[in-house]
Formats: sequence, structure tokens, C-alpha cells
Amino acid sequence: MKKSTFIIVGLSVVLTGCATMYSAAELEKMAKEAVEKSFSAKGIAKKERINQDAINLACTNAELSKTLEAAEYQAIKYPADGKFLGDWKAGERVAQGGGGSTYSDSASAPNGGNCYNCHQISKEEISHGTLGPSLYNFGKLRGNSEAVVKYTWGKIYNAKAFNACTNMPRFGHQGILTESQMKDLMALLLDPTSPVNK
Amino acid sequence: MLTKSIQKAAFGLAVGLSVSLAAIAQTDAEKAIDRYRELVADGNPAELWEAKGEDLWKKKRGPKNASLEKCDLGLGPGVVKGAYVSLPRYFDDVKKVQDLETRLVTCMDQHQGIKAKAAIYDRDDHKDVISLVAWIAAESRGMPVNLPQSHPEEKRMYEVGKRVFFYRAGPYDFACATCHAADNTRIRLQGLPNLTNNEPAGKAFTSWPAYRVSNSQLWPMQKRLEDCFRQQRFPYVEFGSDVTIALSSYMGVTGKGVKSLAPTIKR
Repeated sequence: MKKSTFIIVGLSVVLTGCATMYSAAELEKMAKEAVEKSFSAKGIAKKERINQDAINLACTNAELSKTLEAAEYQAIKYPADGKFLGDWKAGERVAQGGGGSTYSDSASAPNGGNCYNCHQISKEEISHGTLGPSLYNFGKLRGNSEAVVKYTWGKIYNAKAFNACTNMPRFGHQGILTESQMKDLMALLLDPTSPVNK
Repeated sequence: MLTKSIQKAAFGLAVGLSVSLAAIAQTDAEKAIDRYRELVADGNPAELWEAKGEDLWKKKRGPKNASLEKCDLGLGPGVVKGAYVSLPRYFDDVKKVQDLETRLVTCMDQHQGIKAKAAIYDRDDHKDVISLVAWIAAESRGMPVNLPQSHPEEKRMYEVGKRVFFYRAGPYDFACATCHAADNTRIRLQGLPNLTNNEPAGKAFTSWPAYRVSNSQLWPMQKRLEDCFRQQRFPYVEFGSDVTIALSSYMGVTGKGVKSLAPTIKR
């Protein structure tokens, strides 16, 4: 019994170790070195055929990024208490805030959600950015079925799990916002009494 | 007679249409900001820095008691007009690509014996660099941006700059490109230039130094880039570092031919 627990713990250490032992840049370099060492010229196929031009390098990375989305999706953490919606009024304050995390902020300064920097959200706030889509009537248009709620949480927690190259920060995954802040944002978007859904 | 009235009607329609289109494209807040810019542009306080900069260029200073009038900004010793629109460029004496600010630091050292290496924004010697930049930039007002790309190091810096522009990292996953690679976007009400395109790149490149109304400071390009990276949640970008020179090279080469605006006035 004790022994099997030990093996399971040992295995999980090895598995997580594999994922984190090397940086993305190191793995890319190792893959390049492996390709470099493994091929030799034969007949008309000269060695330089393995060299990537700018377009092949870009597409290798683009295709790799699609496989990374699935891993990010698996890592989404849902609220432990099963409650997804907090207070939309607090959510509005989080959405308005754009500060935190710069080198001129203190470590204890709470991060804003920066939401209005890029999105229209409530109709009353006209000072909104346009880098992201409008979220006005978000819940009114989608309802709040379990699927919509889980999807919305996932997008706030880690938008890269759905589109690796989206411009949106990974608010949960990177620890930018707390679980409680994200619940309040969820309420702003999905609560029928939120001005977003009026 | 009839043709004339048709022309008139067409003209009226065209004017009306363009006015209403502009109204759709611009919010009231944006219009108010534009109007504010028009009002303040008349008397840009950057002129105070320009006057000081001209004085600093001509005055004998430092351990060598010399002026900067023999400083080579790339077009030959003492040539100021046109220098701003052709920097960053490669300098053989230091064997590297320099922008206007880093070149001035070199010149202050070479000609005046002033060691302004640790140029911290708006402190000590950097105050002088900012004033000099304001005057030197103003001397190129209206001239087309024309960065040289004949030296391999100049080409390399442009290519490095392009890659740095798209370099995503940090806790928020931001790159320069996150905000500056699409047309007609805003953060809140602030319009964002698409720096991958010629005209917006040239305008942004020649908008600095700018007098910032919000904090009454004159910001040169080095400071503008530093604050971009701060808001990108990156670590501190060093004054005159390769990243800053490379990004300036990328913006300047992309903005080739655009007529210089600096010094400008910003919110």
C-alpha cells in the first residue's frame, strides 16, 4: 500500500518534471539540434534542405501553438465551491481597473481586470477600447446554461486555451486576478440584473 | 445652369456625407480631444526645451570646455538639419548603431569630456540630452524620414527590431504588436497607431520628443519606449539598449518618407 503510493507520487513528479524541466526556447533549440545531427546529404537531397526559411519557422510555431491550447484547457481551474457568479457591482470595479503589475506598482497592489481597455461592456461606460469584441448584452445573448458559464469562466481564466495567440491576458492561469475577482466579472457578464444585460 | 445646380447639390451632398461619416468614425470625446489638441498645438511648451537645446549645442561646457558644434550626428561634423530623420544609423567610431539620444551621449563624452553614461530619464545629464533632442528634432521638422539601410548593422537592427516588436512575454502575454499591429483600434479612447504600416509608423516615429500635457514633461523616444514596456508589464528596459535602438530602427524604416512632426504635443 505504502509502496504503491510512493510509486504514484514518484511517477507524477517525473511527469510534471518533463513538462517543466526545459524552457520553450531550450526545447526548440534541442529539436533544431536533433534535426541538424540526424540528417545527411544523399543524392540530390542536400543537407541544407532541412534549413527553415522565415515562413516555415513561423508555421512550425503556429502549428505547435495549436497543440499547446489543449494543455492550457486541461489546466483551467474551476471554482472549488462550484459557485461561478459573484457580485456584478464589484465586477464593474474590477473591469474598470487598469493598474497593477508594472515595475512602478507595489507587489501588494491589486491588479485591475483591464477589461474596458479593450472591450465595450456596460452601455453607460463610453470610454472603452476596441481591441476586443463588445461584451454588451453578453449574458442576454447567450443565457446562463452550465455550458455558457463554464465557457465564460474558461475564457477569463485562460483565453489562450481557446486561441493560443489571442491578445487577451490569461487572468487566472497567470494569477493576475483572484478567484473572487473573476467570480465578480462573471456576474457582470452573466447576472440578469447586471447593466450589461439590460 | 442646370449642370451647375446639380454640381452644387452633389457638392453639398458630398460635404454632408463626409461630415456625417466623420461623426460616425469619431466619438464626441475624441472630437473634444482633437479640438483640445488644436488649441494647445499653437503654443507647444516644447519650444522652451528647444531654446535650451540650441544653447547647449553651442555653449562651451565640460572638462574640455568645448561646444557640441563638431559633433557628428551622421551627416558630418556639426550638421544638425536632417540628422533627426536619419537616425538610428551606424557610426564607425563606436562601431554600432545609435539613435539620437545615445549619439548625443557619445558626443558629450568625445567633445566635452562629459561622462553621461548612466543616463537616467530626466535626471542630471539626461535633462540636457532631452533639451538637445528637442532642438535637433525641430531642425528636421517637415523633412521625410530616411534611415540609412546600407550598413549590415543597420539592416540587422531593423530585422531584430521587427522580431522584438512581435516578442510576446511577461505576466500579461503582451508584445508591442498586441496594441500596435491593427488598424483603427483604441485602448479606452486612445487611438492606437498600426506601427506595421508606413504612414502611422512614420507619424509615431516622428511624434517623439513630445510635450505631455498630463505630466508637463518632454518625453524623447527612449522614455516613450521605456513607458511602453512598463505598461507591457516587462522588466525595466535599459537606456540605449539594443532593444530600444532596434525598435526605433524598425519604426523609422517602416515609416520611410513620412514628413517629420517632432516635437509634438500629447495628452
